[in-house]
Amino acid sequence: MSQTNAQTAAPYPNRLESSPRLRSLKKALGRFFQNKLGVAGGLFLLILVILAIFAPWLAPYNPMKQDYMAILQGPSAKHWFGTDDLGRDVLSRIIYGARVSLKAGIISVAIALAIGVPIGLISGYFRGFWDEFIIMRITDAMLSFPSLVLALTLAAVFGAGLNNAMLAIGLVYTPHFIRLVRGQVLAQREREYVEAAIAAGISHWRIMLRHILPNAWAPIMVQATLSVAGAIISEASLSFLGLGTQPPTPSWGSMLSEGQGYITQAPWIAVFPGLFIFLAVMSINVFGDGVRDMLDPKLK
Amino acid sequence: MSEPLLKVEHLDVGFKNRKSFVKILDDVSFDIQPGETVCIVGESGCGKSLTSLAIMGLLPPGGRIAGGKIIYNHEDLTKKSAKEMSNIRGNEISMIFQEPMTSLNPVHTIGKQVAEAILIHQSVSKKEAWDRAIELLRLVGIPSPEARVKNYPHEMSGGMRQRVMIAMALACRPKLLIADEPTTALDVTIQAQILEQMNELKKRFGMAILMITHDLGVVSEMADKVIVMYAGKVVETTDTKRLFQNPRHPYTQGLIASMPRLDKEVDELPIIPGNVPAPEDMPTGCRFSTRCPFATELCRTKAPGLYGDEAHRVSCWMYTNEWAGGGQEHATGETIKL
Repeated sequence: MSQTNAQTAAPYPNRLESSPRLRSLKKALGRFFQNKLGVAGGLFLLILVILAIFAPWLAPYNPMKQDYMAILQGPSAKHWFGTDDLGRDVLSRIIYGARVSLKAGIISVAIALAIGVPIGLISGYFRGFWDEFIIMRITDAMLSFPSLVLALTLAAVFGAGLNNAMLAIGLVYTPHFIRLVRGQVLAQREREYVEAAIAAGISHWRIMLRHILPNAWAPIMVQATLSVAGAIISEASLSFLGLGTQPPTPSWGSMLSEGQGYITQAPWIAVFPGLFIFLAVMSINVFGDGVRDMLDPKLK
Repeated sequence: MSEPLLKVEHLDVGFKNRKSFVKILDDVSFDIQPGETVCIVGESGCGKSLTSLAIMGLLPPGGRIAGGKIIYNHEDLTKKSAKEMSNIRGNEISMIFQEPMTSLNPVHTIGKQVAEAILIHQSVSKKEAWDRAIELLRLVGIPSPEARVKNYPHEMSGGMRQRVMIAMALACRPKLLIADEPTTALDVTIQAQILEQMNELKKRFGMAILMITHDLGVVSEMADKVIVMYAGKVVETTDTKRLFQNPRHPYTQGLIASMPRLDKEVDELPIIPGNVPAPEDMPTGCRFSTRCPFATELCRTKAPGLYGDEAHRVSCWMYTNEWAGGGQEHATGETIKL
């Protein structure tokens, strides 16, 4: 045995010695950086996050301050993205609006994850009547509505406002996560390592949380990332329709809504927030693709 | 004879269909002495794996024990609650599976998985469990285990993974190890190494092994006692030497005849024609009668019991007084007194 010892260990000393977690993280990051588009998306997102966090320092003007001397001015050195009908600086409003949009995107998806993952996990693991006839039928019913219509209805029921809009969007996304997680769990449940874990006397809860969930994480993470983009659009749509962020707080959706009346006179009021919605969603999507490539177990 | 470690008595296992209950295992009985290796052999679909899963209390959804007892340590396992069973699983009775490639969780290091098996059943610290895991990996013949514990399953070969599985199964020094075709997925040289390792560990820990296999080569290497199963029934049980020298049941004879041999040159290996009958349409008489070259009217109409003594039992009419000729050419046609 000592012979084989030396033989097997010698050729890969580094590989065997480094910490396993660090090693797989390094590999995964290496794969992520190969995807140029994903990196670009990630960078743009990083910029948005920095803008959102440091908005009070980075915004050139107070986004709520009206300046009647500078109404409907086009882009200039003083106001890069121009001003709106109340003389507010569009750039500053977009920077502050990034806070609302990112918050709405992340919190809505967090709500959907928090409800969807446990339900999907338990439903897929234990199967049976509750899974097939209650949970799956409810998700089917929810999925049969166009998501915006459902979000609109829920937001209208809860009342206008950003928090209620986020809750509504979160609930609309929940069935997607239930379905996804359940499908992953059903697939993993049949794998032999689960049978082996049961045979080793490991409890069902532990198997679900420690064994099945980590194996199902990759697609959940990808779906979550992509859903953030969708949630940003949903929040913008709800704000556009008056059910999301309430004036005077700037959000990209409400800016779009306010700008539509001036689209021929002062297109910059609507175009810049629209551009940012587009760029944010686009970069989240390419970033999500990068994450998928990074987490794809087949590439390990 | 001493008290058996595990005694399976008249076990019936079946699955619930849409309408009816289909019995797969029918009246299966055998026992395993402490420290003994018992092999269950038979074709695919004859109920070998189901027997082992029934012992572990791991029947697939829809499966149910319809009758009989599984006595382990004076207690009937069929009457245990799910919680009691999970205390026994991995602790008293362990199991290793056919597919080492998929039986380990791909997202955890092997050290973590072996340590988990220890932590679940024993109150030791994480550090102790980790050290024990390294010790166990060394024991099952994994080179430089201190470094290997940090490997993920995909970084190891099939043989190495099966060794890890064995280490996990041995984590709590079980008294009985159930091995469901542990070497089927491995190539022949690795297969021999693993079997040798298992024999060595068995001696060292004094545990009994219940081995499920369709490979008679494995049987001759490992078994003290053999149970031949056909279509959910035990058709012959005896010790390994007798089985190979004097197989009695026509099915066993067929299995042994269809094994390639080094000492005889043949152009073509004999086969047993036909397939195992489906559980829904089992023949009324002896289940092997549809494929048996010696089958008579008696075989086709009436199912035989299990005849013979402790040392050699066989479920065939040929060895009873009721056999009325027709099988004269049969080489070992001696009659057992009922």
